[in-house]
Amino acid sequence: MSLLHLSEVTRTVIPPDQPALTILNGVDLTVEPGDRVSIVGRSGSGKSTLLNLMGLLDQPTSGTLTFDDRPVKSYSSAERDRVRGARIGFIFQQFNLLPGRTALENVTMPLLYASGTQFWRRKAIAAEMLEQVGLGHRLTSLPDRLSGGEQQRVAIARSLVRGPSLILADEPTGALDLDTGQTVMELIDDVATRTGAALVIITHDPAIATRARDHYRLDRGVLRRADAGVGERTAALAADGAGASGAGAFGASA
Amino acid sequence: MKRALTGFVGAVLEAWQELRIHRTRVLLSLIGVAVAVCSLTTVVALGAIVQQANEELSERSSGRPATLYLSAYSDGTGAGGSAEIDGELMDATWAETLERYDVTYGSRVLSGSQNVGFVDGIVPVGVQAVDQPYGEMHRVRVSEGAWFTPGDALQLAPRLIVNQIFWERIGSPDLATHPTVKLGGQGAQPTTIAVVTGVTPVASYETEPSMFMLVDQFAAVQAADPTGGGGGAGGFADPFAGGAQTQYEMWVPPALAEPLIPLLQRDFTAALGEGVQVDVFRQDFAQYGDDPFLVTKLVVGGIAVLVLLLGALGLVNIALVTVKQRVREIGIRRSFGATAGRVFFAVMMESVVATVAAGIAGVVAAVLIVQSPWVRDLVGQGMITDFPPFPVDAALLGLVAATAVGALAGLLPALVAVRVKVIDAIRY
Repeated sequence: MSLLHLSEVTRTVIPPDQPALTILNGVDLTVEPGDRVSIVGRSGSGKSTLLNLMGLLDQPTSGTLTFDDRPVKSYSSAERDRVRGARIGFIFQQFNLLPGRTALENVTMPLLYASGTQFWRRKAIAAEMLEQVGLGHRLTSLPDRLSGGEQQRVAIARSLVRGPSLILADEPTGALDLDTGQTVMELIDDVATRTGAALVIITHDPAIATRARDHYRLDRGVLRRADAGVGERTAALAADGAGASGAGAFGASA
Repeated sequence: MKRALTGFVGAVLEAWQELRIHRTRVLLSLIGVAVAVCSLTTVVALGAIVQQANEELSERSSGRPATLYLSAYSDGTGAGGSAEIDGELMDATWAETLERYDVTYGSRVLSGSQNVGFVDGIVPVGVQAVDQPYGEMHRVRVSEGAWFTPGDALQLAPRLIVNQIFWERIGSPDLATHPTVKLGGQGAQPTTIAVVTGVTPVASYETEPSMFMLVDQFAAVQAADPTGGGGGAGGFADPFAGGAQTQYEMWVPPALAEPLIPLLQRDFTAALGEGVQVDVFRQDFAQYGDDPFLVTKLVVGGIAVLVLLLGALGLVNIALVTVKQRVREIGIRRSFGATAGRVFFAVMMESVVATVAAGIAGVVAAVLIVQSPWVRDLVGQGMITDFPPFPVDAALLGLVAATAVGALAGLLPALVAVRVKVIDAIRY
């Protein structure tokens, strides 16, 4: 049983007065529970579109996309929103915290769309989550009073607060310096491992990508596997022209 | 059900947070709505007050709906060729008619004057001689004492309801002490002792003393005067000689007014004999169609709607600009599981919660404005002594309008919010 499965997925858009533009072309991808997947690609390679599809924010033009082995097409719009809220956690490059709301309010936000215990006990759950990412002492701080690393920790706590089975991280360290990026990545790995959630990282930074177990490259809408072996992978990354110095040994140890 | 409850509570919490964070913006846009609701409520309330005042003034002068007036005159072709109608016969027929049709409110009305002995001399004072039901029929207000009672007609000393000027001229005595004045018929020495039992307020344009008397007592005083005419109330004066002429009026249910007119005409013609022309007609304000104030209402309503539309336009403008700024936030919320319906409801809720608060403020301001003595003077122009209370309709209308404007103004931004493309919103 797969958590997320894309088979021959194509996404085409038709810009006004222009011929159709194929953004994703025959993408195959399977994400199992607990997987660590990295997708590397340049700007304009279709990363956002792929993220839209995996986050149930968009539908493929052709091909099948299934979540929990159920075709996403068969979900109603509201069902998709609810599944997204309950099962998928997003981490963004620009953190995307709600301005003017405290760290606690930001982490509470996803729980406003839950029901039952998660809704009624939302403050306690959110506070506990912030404690887990090491921000138990900054509950009432506003985002603009937090450092970049702290903001991303709040965002991580927010993405995990409903206990998702899939975490989609879009350039999670893109706005952070190298050291902070490393720490944040370790935290993401750590909490994903603890909760057993699958983690999909979209990045252009090979150093981050190497932390994953399964590696993919997205090039002009075509997704290719890039992890035949550690040696080849390192070579491929080196050939890509980016430094692989920051790469840890996560893939081997996890 | 459970989901609906958490959904509703969640949306209200979201709206509240949103309002809290954007205090300044919310406050500014709300001032616009509050002002619009305040103007709407004020205009409607003033309109209602002016209408009420108009109605009361009309009723005071020409009776309440439906008031039938009856007059009879001789065309000189009857038996004896007399140009005069027998007043006693007329009065008797009138009394008989009231009894026959079971009319409670009927009154003879007669204008004349009597000499009154004031401390500073004898002054002729205008009299309106009426029957006891007249007070109710014409909404006569009495500021001191009380209107005539049915028993007053049996009193030997005539009862008087005088106006404020008259009362002040006799020294504003306490009516419990049964103050008296001396009366005499037109041109006669005042010798009859009359008791003042009530005082009516005066309009600002009145400068002379005046009074009400009961018709029979008025006729008796007039008859006691050697120079005055005798006979019944309706007959002692010749209309062509400038004397008093009795009018007959009755207040009947509006639905009965039309069928009653030919019956009254028939009865009086039969009783008074040939050569007498009998006219029965309505003169109250309601005789002109269903609603004589329709035009006033339409004009006032039109202005109010315009004012509200302007307020709504400002609100929509601000809400649209704001929602554009919030596209990112809405995208974030959507990516964390907010359904389109939920986003729609939350944005709508913000607008409604805010405008209802502004509406309450506007209505309170309107009440303060309309009830202020300065505005009352301006609207009343001294003609209205008894202001109607603030119309509840106007307050309700203000609140309903505020809610409707909130919902309308929230609709457009809520639609925009629902159409937000989530990932684009987050990434730009």
